Amino acid sequence: MGNKENVALNKKSWVSYISEYGAFIALILLVAVISIISPEFRTAGNFLNLLRQATFNGLIAFGMTCVILSDGIDLSVGSTLALSAVICAKLIMEGCPAILAMIIALISGVILGVVSGLLVTKGRLQPFIATLITMTAYRGLALILTDGKPISNIAKSIGDRGNQFAFKLIGKGNFCNIPIPAILLIFALVVFFFILNKTTFGRKIYATGSNAKCAKLVGVNITLTKIIVYAISGFMAALTGLILISRLDSAQPTLGDGYELDAIAAVALGGTSMSGGRGKITGTIAGVLIIAVLNNGMNLLEVSTYYQDVIKAIVILVAVLSDRKR
Amino acid sequence: MNIEMKGINKSFGSNQVLKDAGFLLKDGEVHALMGENGAGKSTLMKILTGVYTRDSGTVLVDGKEVLYKSPQEAEKAGIVFIYQELNVLFDLTVEENLFMGKEITKKFGICDRKAMREKAKEVMDRMGVDIPINAVMSDLSVGQQQMVEICKALMVDAKVLIMDEPTAALTQSETEGLFKLIKSLREKGVSIVYISHRMEEIFELCDRITILRDGTYVDTKFIKDITMDDIVKMMIGREIGERYPKREGVEIGEEKLRVEGLTKEKKFKDVTFSVKAGEVLGVSGLMGAGRTEIMQAIFGNLPFDSGKIFIEGNEMKIKSAQDAIKAGIGFITEDRKTEGLLLEKSISENIVLANLDKVSDKGVVRKAKVEEIVKKGIDEFRIKCFGPQHECNNLSGGNQQKVVFAKWVYTDPKILILDEPTRGVDIGAKKEIYSVINDLAAKGVAIILVSSELPEVLGMSDRIMVVHEGKVTGIIDANEADQEKVMTLATGGTL
Ligand SMILES: Nc1ncnc2c1ncn2[C@@H]1O[C@H](COP(=O)(O)OP(=O)(O)OP(=O)(O)O)[C@@H](O)[C@H]1O
Ligand SMILES: [Mg+2]
Repeated sequence: MGNKENVALNKKSWVSYISEYGAFIALILLVAVISIISPEFRTAGNFLNLLRQATFNGLIAFGMTCVILSDGIDLSVGSTLALSAVICAKLIMEGCPAILAMIIALISGVILGVVSGLLVTKGRLQPFIATLITMTAYRGLALILTDGKPISNIAKSIGDRGNQFAFKLIGKGNFCNIPIPAILLIFALVVFFFILNKTTFGRKIYATGSNAKCAKLVGVNITLTKIIVYAISGFMAALTGLILISRLDSAQPTLGDGYELDAIAAVALGGTSMSGGRGKITGTIAGVLIIAVLNNGMNLLEVSTYYQDVIKAIVILVAVLSDRKR
Repeated sequence: MNIEMKGINKSFGSNQVLKDAGFLLKDGEVHALMGENGAGKSTLMKILTGVYTRDSGTVLVDGKEVLYKSPQEAEKAGIVFIYQELNVLFDLTVEENLFMGKEITKKFGICDRKAMREKAKEVMDRMGVDIPINAVMSDLSVGQQQMVEICKALMVDAKVLIMDEPTAALTQSETEGLFKLIKSLREKGVSIVYISHRMEEIFELCDRITILRDGTYVDTKFIKDITMDDIVKMMIGREIGERYPKREGVEIGEEKLRVEGLTKEKKFKDVTFSVKAGEVLGVSGLMGAGRTEIMQAIFGNLPFDSGKIFIEGNEMKIKSAQDAIKAGIGFITEDRKTEGLLLEKSISENIVLANLDKVSDKGVVRKAKVEEIVKKGIDEFRIKCFGPQHECNNLSGGNQQKVVFAKWVYTDPKILILDEPTRGVDIGAKKEIYSVINDLAAKGVAIILVSSELPEVLGMSDRIMVVHEGKVTGIIDANEADQEKVMTLATGGTL
C-alpha cells in the first residue's frame, strides 16, 4: 500500500482521540471544575496529599491491570494486603528485624498471588471464583493470626534505629518534600509501563488475554504467564500493605477491605477491557487519579458521604460509556 | 428474485473499499462473484444484506429500490447470507444454533424440541450430512460447523442465497452434497450468489460470473463463454502462468522428522512416516480422517497415547507447543479464526508474537527490529492493508491467512506443518504461497502440507500420504499419483 493511506491513517479523527484519552479528558475536566469551586483544592499541599491518597489504590490497580489484561480478575488483593501486613507486624512484634520482616511480607504477597494463579491455571477455576476463595481464606487467616485484634505501636517496639527508620520511611518518609509513597507510585508506573509496552512478557500478557488458544500455539506459556500476573498483583497488594501499616503504625486484620473494588473501578475507568487483551497502564493511572480527585474534592466541598458514592458511580458510568468503542 | 446493484461506493475510514461496484442477479441462476482477496466481494454482499450501509449507489430488488437496515430485514425479504467467517455460538448445541431466534414454540413460548429436531433432521438429510443434533458446537470440526451454518440458512425459505466461500472448510464428498443441493435449489427458482476462490467449482456450478477488481466492477460473463485464464486475467489484470510453480534443483536431504507408531485412541492409530529436508509431504484424506489431530499431536498440542517422534534422528519428548517450537517445528493451523490469529490485534502484534525472541533482546522488545520484520512480512506476502497497525478483524479472509503465514515463516523452522494453508486464499496469492513453500523447501525446510484440495496436494508434493479413519493407508510418490489413486486410498480402498 502506498504512503498516502498510511498518512491518512495516522491522522486520527477527534472522535478516536476522545475514546483513546477519555479518562484523561475526564480527569482534566474534573480538576478544572473542582479547582474553580474550591480554592483549597489548588494548593500544593493538597496536591501532595491527593497523590499520597492515590498511592494505595494506584499500586493495587497496577497489579490488577495486568491480571485483567490477561483475562483474569483478582478479588483477593484486599485480603492479601491484610494478611501480608499482619505477617509483617507479627514478625516485628516477635523481634524479627523490621527490614527482614518487610521483605518476608513482600514474598508472602507473591506466594499468596501464586496460589490464586495456581487455582486459576492448574485448578481450572474461573478467576472470579478462584480469587473469591483466596479472598475469603486470606481474610480468615489474617483474623486467626491476630485473634481479630489490631497490632498497635509497631514502630516503638523496634529496638534497632536503622530498622525503625526503614519501617517509618516507607509510609511516612519524604524525599525533597515529596512523600515516599508518591515516589513509589511514580516509580511503579514507570516499571509497569515498561513491562507492558516494551518487554516480551508484556506482549505475552496481552496475547494471553486476547486469544489464549492462539498464543499457546505460537509458544507462549499461558500457565506461567497467568501465574506471574497473579504474583505481581499479590506483590503490589503486599507493598501497599506495608505502606499502610507504616502510616497507621498498626496492623489490623480488616485492613484493605473493599480495596479490590476501587482497583477494578480504576482499571475500568482507564478503558481496559474486562475480557482482557486491551488496555493501558496510563489509562489506569488516570482512573486512579479520577477516583482520588473525586474523593478529595468532595471532602473539601463537604459533600455528604451518602451522596459521594452516588456521584462516584455516575462519574464511573459516564467515563466508561464515553470510552466504549462505537 | 432479481437484484441489481449499481454504482456502489463504500469507505471504511479513509480507505475506499468499493468504487463504483455492482452486479446483476437474475431469477434462478447461480452467479459467481470472483476477485482477489480484499477485492470487496464480501463487503458488496454485506451492503446488500444491510450489514454495512453504502455511502452511495442504488440497490434494486425486483425493480424497487431498497435499503435494508439489518440482515434480519433482508432475511425477511428472502435474502439469506451464509457468512465467510463462521458465525456460530460455540457453547451451544447444534440445535440451539440452528434455531437461534427462530425457535419453534408451543403455547406460552415453550420450545417444541421435537418439532425442531424433526425439522433439523429433514434439512440435514437434504444436505446429506450427519451431525449429532445435541453436540456442542465447539466439539465439532470446522467443516462440520460450516455445514451447520449452511443448514441454518436453509431453515429459512430463501429466494436469494448468498454463499461466501462455503466450501473452504469442506471436503470432497461434502462439497458434492452441497452442489447437489445448490442445483436443486436453482431448479426451484432460488437465485444463488456463489463466492469462491476454487476455479473448478465455478466451472462446475455457475451460470454466470461477475468479477470485481480493487472494489470496482470489471465485467459479467456467461461461464460457457469464458476460460480459467480469462477469469484470472480479469481478476488480477495480468496472467499468472503455471498454477503450481515447479521446484527446480531442490535437493532432498537428510531426514528431518520421523514419526513412529503414533497412536491415540479413537483418533489415529500407528501413524508412521518421515519427511526429509527440502521435501514436501502432502497429506490427503477425507474430513474427519484425523489429519489435523495427527499434526496437532506432533506439535504437542494434543497428548497422544503412544509412539515416538524423532527430529533429525533424535527422539524428542514433545509435550507442548513450546517444546515443538524449540525443536524447530512450525505449525499453521487450519482454524485461523480461533487459533491462528489474535483477531482484535494488529498485523504487527501477530507477527511479533510468534517472533518474540527475534525482535527482543534480554526480554526487551526492540522497536526497530519489530518494524523491520513486520514491513518485510507485509511486503513479501503482499498483505493488503493500511499498514502494520491494521487490525486483523478488518482484513479480508485471504489476507488474514497471509498474516498467519508470515508470522511463522520468520521463526526459521526446520519443519513446517501447514494445515490447509491456502484455504480462502485467492489464486494469485495462492501462487505466492506456493512460491514461499518452494523457497522454504529450497532452504532445506521439511514441509508437511495437509490439504483438502486434491489438485493442490498433487501439484505441490513430492510424496503424498493418505489417511483414512486415523490410519495411514498409503504413501505414494507424486509422479505416480493421480486423483483416482488418492481418492481410492482416502476412502479406505487399496491400490
Ligand atoms: N469493517 C472493516 N473495516 C475496515 N476495513 C474493512 C472492513 N471490512 C473489510 N475491510 C477492508 O475492505 C477490503 C475488502 O474486504 P472484503 O472482505 O470485502 O474482501 P473479499 O473480496 O471478500 O476478500 P476475500 O476473498 O479475502 O474474502 C479489504 O481490504 C478489507 O481490509
Ligand atoms: Mg470475503
